[in-house]
Amino acid sequence: MHRLVPVLALICWLVSPPFPALAGDPSLATRKQAVIAQYAAIAQATYDDALAGARGLAAAIEAFLAAPSAESLQRARQAWIDARVPYLQSEAFRFYDGPIEAVEGLVNSWPIDENLIDYVDGEPDAGIVNQPRQFPVIDRALIASLNEKGGEKNITAGFHAIEFLLWGQDLNDEGPGERQFTDYVDGHGTNAERRRQYLRVASQLLVEDLERVVAEWAPDKPGNYRAHFVAMPPDEALAGILKGIGILSGAELAGERLTVAYETKEQEDEHSCFSDTTHLDIVHDVEGIENVWLGRYVRVGGEHVEGAGLRDLVAIVDPALARTLAQQVDAAVAAAAAVPAPFDRAVQGTDKAPGRIAVRRLIAALRAQSDSIARAGAALGLQLNF
Amino acid sequence: MYCRVRSTFVCLMIAACVGGMLAAAGEALSGGDGTVFDTTRNAFSLPARNLPEARRPQFFVGNSFFNQNWIAAPASVAARDGLGPLFNARSCSGCHFKDGRGQPPAAGEPMDTMLVRISVPGEGPHGGPKRHPVYGDQIQGQSIPGVRREADVFVTYEEVAGRFGDGEPFSLRRPAYRIANLGYGELDRPLLLSPRVSPAIVGLGLLEAIPAAALERSADPDDRDSDGISGRVNIVWDAVREGMAIGRFGWKAEQPTVLQQTAAAFAGDIGITTSLFPRDDRSELEPAGAAARAHAGPEASAQVLHAVALYARSLAVPAARTDGDARAVGGRELFAVARCSACHTPTARTGDYPDQPELANQTIRPFTDLLLHEMGSELADRRPSFAASGSEWRTPPLWGVGLVGKVNGHTFLLHDGRARNVSEAILWHGGEAAASRERFRTMPAQDRAALIAFVNSL
Repeated sequence: MHRLVPVLALICWLVSPPFPALAGDPSLATRKQAVIAQYAAIAQATYDDALAGARGLAAAIEAFLAAPSAESLQRARQAWIDARVPYLQSEAFRFYDGPIEAVEGLVNSWPIDENLIDYVDGEPDAGIVNQPRQFPVIDRALIASLNEKGGEKNITAGFHAIEFLLWGQDLNDEGPGERQFTDYVDGHGTNAERRRQYLRVASQLLVEDLERVVAEWAPDKPGNYRAHFVAMPPDEALAGILKGIGILSGAELAGERLTVAYETKEQEDEHSCFSDTTHLDIVHDVEGIENVWLGRYVRVGGEHVEGAGLRDLVAIVDPALARTLAQQVDAAVAAAAAVPAPFDRAVQGTDKAPGRIAVRRLIAALRAQSDSIARAGAALGLQLNF
Repeated sequence: MYCRVRSTFVCLMIAACVGGMLAAAGEALSGGDGTVFDTTRNAFSLPARNLPEARRPQFFVGNSFFNQNWIAAPASVAARDGLGPLFNARSCSGCHFKDGRGQPPAAGEPMDTMLVRISVPGEGPHGGPKRHPVYGDQIQGQSIPGVRREADVFVTYEEVAGRFGDGEPFSLRRPAYRIANLGYGELDRPLLLSPRVSPAIVGLGLLEAIPAAALERSADPDDRDSDGISGRVNIVWDAVREGMAIGRFGWKAEQPTVLQQTAAAFAGDIGITTSLFPRDDRSELEPAGAAARAHAGPEASAQVLHAVALYARSLAVPAARTDGDARAVGGRELFAVARCSACHTPTARTGDYPDQPELANQTIRPFTDLLLHEMGSELADRRPSFAASGSEWRTPPLWGVGLVGKVNGHTFLLHDGRARNVSEAILWHGGEAAASRERFRTMPAQDRAALIAFVNSL
């Protein structure tokens, strides 16, 4: 029976297309290819910017470590915030078998147990930084090998490890963590030299990992992921594209990153808890979804990378759904912008508090968007079920 | 409309085609209506597709507590303290990393994502294993500061050579366990010891939703149908209902519900007490100093326990990927021909499940009968547990098994992770499964490859 299925499906398709105008429609097939090619172009541009951001961060960290001061620490922090802008947008390219999956755990894992890395309130000797006997040499290999060892929160590498080393614990209700630059100055901070080394290698590892992703999305490189992606059956590539933004919108953003913090009201459950920049993470994640929908990306330097987007495809197969989804994408962008900073304060209070209302609205907007993305997949004849 | 202008034959073909497509799509839907289609390292971590909006907040809160590391009390974050004093892991995800499967330790390393259950001969309360008077139900290799650890458990392997029917050699590794660095005195002999790898936790709610009557119906304790395969239900203690119930979860089906399994793992593995199990695995003969630091009430609140249990019940099963793979499709037939499917039964039907109707009344493809089977002396742990004998094991589900490599970076299988891949796992089967193993062992190489491809497509 099952061996007959493809044959029967073919016969079925030939004799009884449910949407006669669409079956084998050359313009639809062409449009699919255009959307896939443009997706690859914006993925490349986004990861290029993310890598440039990570290099800028590593350079600012080097400058800070060479001459620690309140100002140079502030510049390193700003470089971290800047690097997040393109990286968060690139999260729209996660959740299928894209190249980011190979390194994502080393790049943006959260939440983290910061006492695995360095001292925390009440535990002055905690962390790899303060355990020279157990970890005599701090290098890229060490922090990569310890990352995610023994539990999903045992994070030693990536943006949030660096964030903790730049800001420290957020023990302050109104603002971010207040780590002093003197933590990195010999004679002031305990194990300052090891802390410098940790921050340095963590930023180098981030660059290295993003270089790998950039190489996979580079154009005209036979054998890399992009070459494979644009050559695979178009529906397979589209399923990945839709799955990526659908899961990011639903299970990841609406679920793990927003609902948990909304329910527990705990800083532990906030994405960028040390720097208090979670509101920006949310804005740029949602922007990443919008980018895929529109088929455009506005580069850090201002250049527009524009072309065919998902909206053009959905408009062919289900114009009403395309209009709904367009509104929902806009609504999600607006709802994300409306979440007040800092996020850890926004989720406090009663359910009538403006911050909680804003977060609730965003969760609803992202769920609706995710559901419509799934419907768009169905309209395109794809099996998604994320 | 179309049929009027086309022949009846075409109409029949359309009907056949639609039916065929539905059947094929159905084969993929391992986890019934909640099946997801993720094949990344996140494949075991998604909520069931049909999990209603109303339960999603609790699911994600459960996820948060599943991942988080518990810390020693007292700490500033009261909702998350109470670790130990003795424990195997600081978090659920420490062993079920990405909701997936643990593995045996590397040579010379102590266990981290598996553990060893222990007991002494005889029966404990309700007919379960009898606790060791000092070390309790399991060896905890970690402890909070100021408290001695119980012990380290090391595993070594002996390679055992064999040959397939066509002469191709294979080698299996037979484990041996050594308990060293005992913190609380010598272990009495004879000691019963059962190594356990943490399994992937997808689809547990669906397994719970299979009616007890259906399990009893499929059991054949006296092999009345003379197929060489018995199949028994385990009858275990239900701490909520305070009575005996059918066991479903754990390597010997020792736990009746996901809730109880969750609470038992909190208590035994992390040292976190709950309303259901207000004591952890520590005995009176173990660290008194730490007892003073323990919480007065449950360390995990009822809300946390229920959120984590809901989380475990609601994790989606990823779809089977058989149908795109001709070799795996062939392997599906061989799986039935070799009668693997006698215990790894492909389908089951869930019944009513009022607490979570999204799990109810649907066909699922877990590839388990949830029954105990005699698996031979090589696999026997010789540690009975309730009705399960020392050589019986519960058929583990096979759904998702082919994605463990992606999620957890290894392909170790069986209760103790001794099998390095699907082929070795099959070759270890003995007892009631010996005939199936022999059919596999004597298959032509390409058939063995097809059967393995099928299992890995689940």
